[in-house]
Amino acid sequence: MPRMTMIEALRDAMDVKLAQDPSVLVFGEDVGYFGGVFRCTAGLQAKHGEERVFDTPINESAIVGMAVGMAAQGMRPCVEVQFADYVFPAYDQITQEAARLRHRSNEMFTCPLVVRMPTGGGIFGGQTHSQSPEALFTHVAGLKVVIPSTPYDAKGLLIAAIEDPDPVIFLEPKRLYNGPFYGDHSGKSVGWAKHPAGEVPEGHYAIEIGKADVRRPGSDVTILAYGTMVYIAEAAVEQSGIDAEIIDLRSLLPLDLETIKASVEKTGRCVVVHEATRTSGFGGELIAEVQEACFWHLKSPLQRVTGWDAPYPHATEWDYFPGPDRVIRALHKAMED
Amino acid sequence: MAARKAAAAPNVSAEELLTYYRDMLLIRRFEEKAGQLYGMGLIGGFCHLYIGQEAVVVGLEAAAEEGDKRITSYRDHGHMLACGMDPNGVMAELTGREGGYSKGKGGSMHMFSREKHFYGGHGIVGAQVPLGAGLAFADKYKGNGRVTFTYFGDGAANQGQVYETFNMAALWDLPVVFVIENNQYAMGTAQKRSTSTPELYTRGAAFGIKGEIVDGMDVLAVKAAGEKAVKHCRSGKGPYILEIKTYRYRGHSMSDPAKYRTREEVQKMREERDPIDHVREMLLTGKHASEEDLKAIDKEIKKIVGDSADFARNSPEPALEELWTDIYADAPTEGAV
Ligand SMILES: Cc1ncc(C[n+]2csc(CCOP(=O)(O)OP(=O)(O)O)c2C)c(N)n1
Ligand SMILES: [Mg+2]
Repeated sequence: MPRMTMIEALRDAMDVKLAQDPSVLVFGEDVGYFGGVFRCTAGLQAKHGEERVFDTPINESAIVGMAVGMAAQGMRPCVEVQFADYVFPAYDQITQEAARLRHRSNEMFTCPLVVRMPTGGGIFGGQTHSQSPEALFTHVAGLKVVIPSTPYDAKGLLIAAIEDPDPVIFLEPKRLYNGPFYGDHSGKSVGWAKHPAGEVPEGHYAIEIGKADVRRPGSDVTILAYGTMVYIAEAAVEQSGIDAEIIDLRSLLPLDLETIKASVEKTGRCVVVHEATRTSGFGGELIAEVQEACFWHLKSPLQRVTGWDAPYPHATEWDYFPGPDRVIRALHKAMED
Repeated sequence: MAARKAAAAPNVSAEELLTYYRDMLLIRRFEEKAGQLYGMGLIGGFCHLYIGQEAVVVGLEAAAEEGDKRITSYRDHGHMLACGMDPNGVMAELTGREGGYSKGKGGSMHMFSREKHFYGGHGIVGAQVPLGAGLAFADKYKGNGRVTFTYFGDGAANQGQVYETFNMAALWDLPVVFVIENNQYAMGTAQKRSTSTPELYTRGAAFGIKGEIVDGMDVLAVKAAGEKAVKHCRSGKGPYILEIKTYRYRGHSMSDPAKYRTREEVQKMREERDPIDHVREMLLTGKHASEEDLKAIDKEIKKIVGDSADFARNSPEPALEELWTDIYADAPTEGAV
């Protein structure tokens, strides 16, 4: 089976869909001729033509807005917002137009749109290149929100997203583009070539949106994570020796409550981990869901490990980033009494 | 210097020319040093060099008066040096240290100086443009006769909020000079791939804003245009647009191999249109300075830049508590790491 980085897997997903479905379009800033700042669309314009893979001006609002219009006509635009931090001019179009077109037209028009965007920190990006805005989208009825953590999932989920009849916010943890990240920024980075999830089948396959993945079975405590934090959780488990079950949510909206419930009912303990700031973060939602669904099975208070309620820092990034140490501390707390 | 006559401008004093030479050279050497520190891993993340564009800010600063404001994008080091900010503080912000202008909280893209009326580098493309008009609004309200230089790129010139701002600036006759630094590329995308009409100086026509195109490789031409624009603004006639044609020699940021343009294109610019060489020739042919004089300036600049690098290296890392400072006017709320 071919081995791919997450970048290559995403490119492959777009390549497959461009070849299969003439209504698929790929565009965004630097996406066409240049092939994307992270190279996710490199070669796609040469292969599929300038009519289908093209550059736009720096116009997040109108890029997404026009994509909504295209989608209403039955096209399947897959647009790139260069960093999740740049999505805010487009937030209006995403939340008020894309998300609600189906409902307010009584389903006369729909919006099969994908907005891809690199998310999260760990790359010294500072406050305008490191944010994790997922909760701003999970708060909006009508959107789906997906975040893969492996090349295999990235391809399967992106194909599913492009085929989905509704708008999908597709968050790409940029720290994972070239390899898994276990929290040691000064250590040698490992590429996807040596990781089993770097094996990506050729051709078409889709991963159902709304299904979590149990990344590591365990019996003592459940860790709910997504994106880069899946690997931080793995590192924490390895370093602490605690037999945790790690669930990679993969899809935040819809949420796979079944898988979460089955795990927490078994372990009776739960730690939620995300990079985004704490207050009103998606972790708050997860904790509420777990509490409602699993209250009588819980043996200890639910724990949350998140970024701090501060702008993402330039200089002190690794104090902000919720690394394995902080997860281990939360695991120990969850294991008390 | 084939393409340009290097005749000494008759009405420019030696002193003035020497000032421009010194100021432009400071920016160039500073940026070269920043590039080196980046290569050594002392600067992390995003770092956008201004090399090639020096005549733009130096020319416009020559047209500014005490109390005038300036605001720009992330490509901001040149603007800060040109308005008299301390190279030590700028370099130390690049390295994310306590001695930096934002105490390491902002990094390369986000620095400010109240003393020099520098309202920042801004990481989000186009976001500084309405801010610039707001600064001008405040000055007009206060009736203090000040003008704001609002800098942005050819790529940013397509952002929607630029036109919202043009309209209001014209509607309310705000004293703002919109400076479009047209270096012909927005990241990896050449202007022609993203822009319907290349004449950006005409972009204000629909709002009744006068504009003109300026040779940005000629500091005297920039200064002359700046003086005209400033006079227009100060006399209460409202905003003015300067489209300044320039060129960046380096990649968009440090991680850009610049494969979207040819080596020859860059080489030709450097050899035929370099703004510093231009002034150098004027100084020498006009017998305003000798090779020895210029060597002495080179040496002086080298020392300033070397000192700034030493300062930036030796300045301590910011204390961890800084993460929670300056978020609200009140004391920090968050606790332990
Ligand atoms: C809203 C937003 N969209 C995209 C980006 C990414 N980005 C940073 S610089 C840049 C190109 C800007 O080009 P231009 O305005 O010409 O300025 P230059 O870099 O040439 O000085 C892009 C697309 C961003 N920072 N903010
Ligand atoms: Mg440009």
